Amino acid sequence: MKYTAPTKQGYFGKYGGKFVPEILIPALEELEIAYEESLNDPIFQKEYHDLLEEYVGRPTKLTFANRLTDHYGRGKIYFKREDLCHTGAHKINNAIGQLLLARNMGKTRIIAETGAGQHGVATATACAKFGFECVIYMGAEDMERQKLNVDRMKLLGAEVRSVTSGSQTLKDATNEAIRDWVTNVENTFYIIGSVVGPHPYPLMTRNFHTVIGEETKEQLRHAEGRLPDYLVACVGGGSNAIGFFYPFIDDEDVKMIGIEAAGLGADTDQTAATLTIGSPGVLHGSLSYLLHDSEGQVQLAHSISAGLDYPGIGPEHSHLHDTKRVHYFGITDQQAMDAVKLTSEMEGIIPAIETAHAMAYLEKLMPLTQKDEVVVVNCSGRGDKDMKTISEWFS
Amino acid sequence: MITKQKSRVDACFERRSEDSKIMSLFITAGYPDLESTVDLILGFEKNGADIIELGMPFSDPLADGPTIQYASNVAIANGITMKKIFQMVKEVRKSSQIPIILMGYINPVLRYGIDEFCREAAECGADGLILPDSPPEESSLIADAAKNNNLDMIYLVAPNSTDARMKKVDELSSGFVYCVSVTGVTGARQGEEVARSVERFIGRVNQNVTKNPKLVGFGIKNHDDAFIISKQVDGFIVGSALIDAIRKNYPNNGWMDNVFSFVKELKHG
Ligand SMILES: Cc1ncc(COP(=O)(O)O)c(C=O)c1O
Repeated sequence: MKYTAPTKQGYFGKYGGKFVPEILIPALEELEIAYEESLNDPIFQKEYHDLLEEYVGRPTKLTFANRLTDHYGRGKIYFKREDLCHTGAHKINNAIGQLLLARNMGKTRIIAETGAGQHGVATATACAKFGFECVIYMGAEDMERQKLNVDRMKLLGAEVRSVTSGSQTLKDATNEAIRDWVTNVENTFYIIGSVVGPHPYPLMTRNFHTVIGEETKEQLRHAEGRLPDYLVACVGGGSNAIGFFYPFIDDEDVKMIGIEAAGLGADTDQTAATLTIGSPGVLHGSLSYLLHDSEGQVQLAHSISAGLDYPGIGPEHSHLHDTKRVHYFGITDQQAMDAVKLTSEMEGIIPAIETAHAMAYLEKLMPLTQKDEVVVVNCSGRGDKDMKTISEWFS
Repeated sequence: MITKQKSRVDACFERRSEDSKIMSLFITAGYPDLESTVDLILGFEKNGADIIELGMPFSDPLADGPTIQYASNVAIANGITMKKIFQMVKEVRKSSQIPIILMGYINPVLRYGIDEFCREAAECGADGLILPDSPPEESSLIADAAKNNNLDMIYLVAPNSTDARMKKVDELSSGFVYCVSVTGVTGARQGEEVARSVERFIGRVNQNVTKNPKLVGFGIKNHDDAFIISKQVDGFIVGSALIDAIRKNYPNNGWMDNVFSFVKELKHG
């Protein structure tokens, strides 16, 4: 059966929806209309695709990871190089798409949340390119561990607002961004950085990223003359993963694996492995798996990677988890950091710590593969922003 | 045939005289401590409150400003649970028939189990629910369970709600309709600013919300604000300003009496 989610109401199976205050409903309805119009607007589509090509640098390469392939001695490993996108991660595919929508809707002020800072940098970059006022909300802890990206956002002309509530990470930055949006909804567009939030954000953000999977399909047809056997991607909110997976979703023989951050271990309370140990709940506008206690209070997540340090997950991933179309596993801080080192040394690619979670799963996956099988890992971002954390870890 | 008993909320609005306003007060359950909530509610009633909105704290109250965020955090740190909230309502019911509306975010309710939550809320004497992050779009999740237990579902209208939406909210709501006077989080605006922008909005509300009584809230700080803003509706709601009054006085000697004076002043000037 062909995959058609979400429904008109924004449901992927039983997940999704619009759990937001009344004040935001008109804004979401306006956005739904603008987004739908953009799909059939050749001018919008051309402008977006031209920007992806001329400014973001797409298509990004598909690189054969020959030394890692030899290292494991089984199937062939390829990397889809989203780290080569302008600003250093996939996030800009979506930031530019949403910014064009905001402009067409006549909004003058842009806000966004950021964890790793990659979405914040991508949004600040798009705002600089188009001359928009830009406010980025970022947890105080994340500002510390992703300082390079804070400096980049400021240089790009954005105001970075430090969020000191809760765990001082991505969840709390998102709360503050939503509060800003509720207050300034008239002139403000909220560019959400992952496939989370109320409908139509999970749908829209997914579709701005499906270029990743479409290119991969085409590039692999060239390189191998066939479909991949495995796709592997890290999952924070889930935007790089769904953009990578979605074009293959009806190709039943393609196995898909999403990697969550297990932090210190999914059996500890220092984890962000939402699908592994969470249960359905509502956070930030949609119903999806969530880390929360028996009273429904959201738990503080933990991951060494700021971009995966989030107690929720996009609703479509909850659906794909329940239907088993995608399989999800956890990778710990330690395993991810080992993969940062291995990938750097063997492929000359320093991955973001988020991305390294996907790389780390190769340790488990590759011994199970056959020589003629093909594994593609989405290399969602580069690790420059993480050098401080990486140096400290290995010192 | 069993005739349905008139609800405490309906009775409250029927009792209202032309020249008075219904005063609904929001307080976070378990703030400033677990022991005071029941006494606060009973004292509010004695000092002029007509309805109580009892806040069910949530870790991520994204429609709330700093004041209610703070109260929620304190209450959670104090060890508030849904069972304790139900116990508080039960305790109030031993000596009071003031309508109690449970107000909070959908996640703790979902986690408790929608059917169990509605049944137990009704059994302990709660009268209705306000779930600000659960708009009419998502009402199917809880509407039946609420109805089966005679709990009023109260939805919100905002200045940017269309006329059609206001009509829909009126149709889905029972008890009253909550009119959010400004776009923003709770507690955000100054009284004067609210008063200026609110008139046109209330005009539209009165044209479109015809079935239910209407209470207006968000940003009301004192008696004058309250009476200017609620001129054309049935009454008003105060939340953040009340929490601020508690925060200013607690735990000084006589803090509760000072809070009750504030409440009396809100109603009677
Ligand atoms: C490089 C990189 N990969 C992955 C993520 C996780 O986000 P998502 O799951 O939406 O792709 C982030 C988020 O900041 C990121 O910067």
